[in-house]
Amino acid sequence: MSRLKPAQILRNGDSVPLAEVTILEMDAFFTAVKQEAAAQGRVIALFASPAGDEFDLFALIAHDWQGTLALLRTRVVDRYPSLTPELPAVHLFEREIAEQYGVVPEGHPWFKPVRFHRSYSAGDAWGRDQQPLIPGDMDYYRVEGSDVHEVAVGPVHAGVIEPGHFRFQCHGEKVLHMEISLGYQHRGLEPLLQGKPGPATMQRLETVAGDSTIAHATAYARICESLSHTAVPPRAEAIRALALELERLANHVGDIGGLATDIGYLPTASYCGRLRGDYLNLTADICGSRFGRTLVRPGGVAYDIDKDRAEKMSKQLALVTRDTKGALALFFDCPSVLARLEGTGQVAMDDAEALGLVGVAGRACGLAVDARLHHPWGAYIRNFDQAVFEETGDVHARAKVRQREIVNSISWVNQALSTLPDSPLIERPGRLAPESLAVTLVEGWRGEVAHVALTDKQGAFSRYKIVDPSFRNWSGLAMALRDEQISDFPLCNKSFNLSYCGFDL
Amino acid sequence: MIVGILIHLLLLLLFAPLLAGIIARTKALFAGRRGQPVLQLYFDLLRLARKGSVISKTTTWVFAAGPVIGLVVPLIAALMLPFGTFKAPLSFDGDLILFVYLFALARFFTAAAALDTGSSFEGMGAAREVTFSCLAEPTIMFALLVLAKLSGGLSLDVLLGDHLSASWRGGSGPALGLILVCLFVVLLVENSRIPFDDPNTHLELTMIHEVMVLDHSGPAFGMILYGAALKLMVLGTLVVNLALPWATPWWALNLLLYLAGLVLLAMLIGIVESVMARLRLVRIPQVLIGTTLISVFALVLVLR
Repeated sequence: MSRLKPAQILRNGDSVPLAEVTILEMDAFFTAVKQEAAAQGRVIALFASPAGDEFDLFALIAHDWQGTLALLRTRVVDRYPSLTPELPAVHLFEREIAEQYGVVPEGHPWFKPVRFHRSYSAGDAWGRDQQPLIPGDMDYYRVEGSDVHEVAVGPVHAGVIEPGHFRFQCHGEKVLHMEISLGYQHRGLEPLLQGKPGPATMQRLETVAGDSTIAHATAYARICESLSHTAVPPRAEAIRALALELERLANHVGDIGGLATDIGYLPTASYCGRLRGDYLNLTADICGSRFGRTLVRPGGVAYDIDKDRAEKMSKQLALVTRDTKGALALFFDCPSVLARLEGTGQVAMDDAEALGLVGVAGRACGLAVDARLHHPWGAYIRNFDQAVFEETGDVHARAKVRQREIVNSISWVNQALSTLPDSPLIERPGRLAPESLAVTLVEGWRGEVAHVALTDKQGAFSRYKIVDPSFRNWSGLAMALRDEQISDFPLCNKSFNLSYCGFDL
Repeated sequence: MIVGILIHLLLLLLFAPLLAGIIARTKALFAGRRGQPVLQLYFDLLRLARKGSVISKTTTWVFAAGPVIGLVVPLIAALMLPFGTFKAPLSFDGDLILFVYLFALARFFTAAAALDTGSSFEGMGAAREVTFSCLAEPTIMFALLVLAKLSGGLSLDVLLGDHLSASWRGGSGPALGLILVCLFVVLLVENSRIPFDDPNTHLELTMIHEVMVLDHSGPAFGMILYGAALKLMVLGTLVVNLALPWATPWWALNLLLYLAGLVLLAMLIGIVESVMARLRLVRIPQVLIGTTLISVFALVLVLR
């Protein structure tokens, strides 16, 4: 009867033996993906995994209000009909599959490389086997006409930021189209994780995107726990959530400061620069690393917060909270700031939904996407009811989501510090289940971090798929710039504040 | 007259870079930082003067002429302005027109030098600069017309001369107040300050003036910085003379009063920059058209 129930229904953090996941016919698979997406589904991952000479194609579709994840699987050889024309949200996933394994999505309307690396298997979808691969070397969309001019920005930027190339087609000051080309920091992270876990695997995962260390480390740790059926002690879950919220606080506060810098609003800019450091130092109080490295470990956490430390952190947090609220009030009460932010870089809700935006950018457009709410894990289960949504989809909305989340995260951290449950810190996971698939979602500060792992006969990873929120949201930035002033690009960019290395992997 | 010219130039060349330092220190104070030394711009100018330059092969003599003209123009323009009670050494009827268009000449060459590099950024900056300054021009012209009507003269020396204290006290106070505000806005626009431009930003896509000089380096860049400082002092003098028309019998005290006025003005600019965000670029023309209308209104007030 498996034909009647093609999708395997999972929850966040579940694992399933691969043998139980039906391999659908290609037609049935694509029909099912479209059906799931039509039933208020949100594609969170579409990826290929080698299976002999062929490839397994997996699709994960989240049904947020049911808290479930539908898993679909099919097998392809070297091509399949593209889903992008009907489901724009998968456009990057299909290009990624083509680049990684040379499997061509036929009829893809925007078929370009993603990260400019050699194919993991034989054959390149663009016939680039003999050519040297240079990031940014692709055909850009061009607007013709004597009044149109092209502006190229990056990969080397004026500030100390990551490399990325932006190509603007402009008519005067108005941007008709912006195209983003990344891949400069591609490290080949996913293939590096094959045959693991090993001693250094956690270190690799902590550096997927350095500003989201806790989020990615937690997602990976939960993959290991899921595959080894380890129950994480409650104290460890509480410390993980606390660290994740501190990470959110540091980055959100830093981002508001960044917005203030970009619009030349001095008071908040200088406050927030210091406050971000204060939040990072709170994380360092727990584990010695400002970015939370070495804190999360498979099975639990490596550091405890004892009573004295919890009190010390509470006191420090109270001080920082007072200043944070002041800096935010200055920012959001200043008319010239509001005039600058409101209406700038709008993304319509329909576009956001079609592109599958997640996290702060998605919630600013009114999309109800928050894994802590819909797919809760660990300490968030039955404990999180503070999801924040805005509707206007402009820079102001993205700033406002951050501001409100800062307030919520502060109260979360306060609460967590005073109510840490008693239990051991870590439950060492055993061997990983062989020939299984596990999926975890973690709501990092930027948005939904999704990890999917497949294991081989020995219980080592045969495929590890990482979906950073930046992978979903860069196209949102491109949409925000449509018909917008080119001088507003830096501000829009800062309001998304996406990761380059999280995208490049 | 030679002595007058020398005093004017000496005052200008020595004092102008200090204003930039005062603005920076004011902003630092607001930000809770100690800030750079007040004399930082002097150090920077010395440092840049000793450096070499990198000059792109695509550029011509126009590229080199931009900074030179940007430095010389404020020097010439300053000679037509009274510095406090120091009379303008060069003065003739109608010099106010020359004064305004000297700066237009400098702008033309800065923009031409920017276009000469062939960079898309610099072209964008040049387009913005000329758009905004041609909108600022009517404001300054109408403001000077108000002064011309009140003083009955046509040279800047008379316009900003003895009639001012009487005019403030007489029925023309409101008109003078209006053009004072207008000239302060023009000062902010012309010297690329917040809320119109951000001299400290590193974001080339949002820059107006700074982006036009990205390709200059070494002594040429020093000339640009120096030229900008001189321009701030020259246009600032316009505002200070208008706002502080009092004279005492002692020339040294008058000089101090004038310099103190400039320092106050620099602090005011620093305060504005500390408490305001930048305007959206599309809003700038609206503000400038607004100031033009205000200055027209001031003219109506004195013509009535």
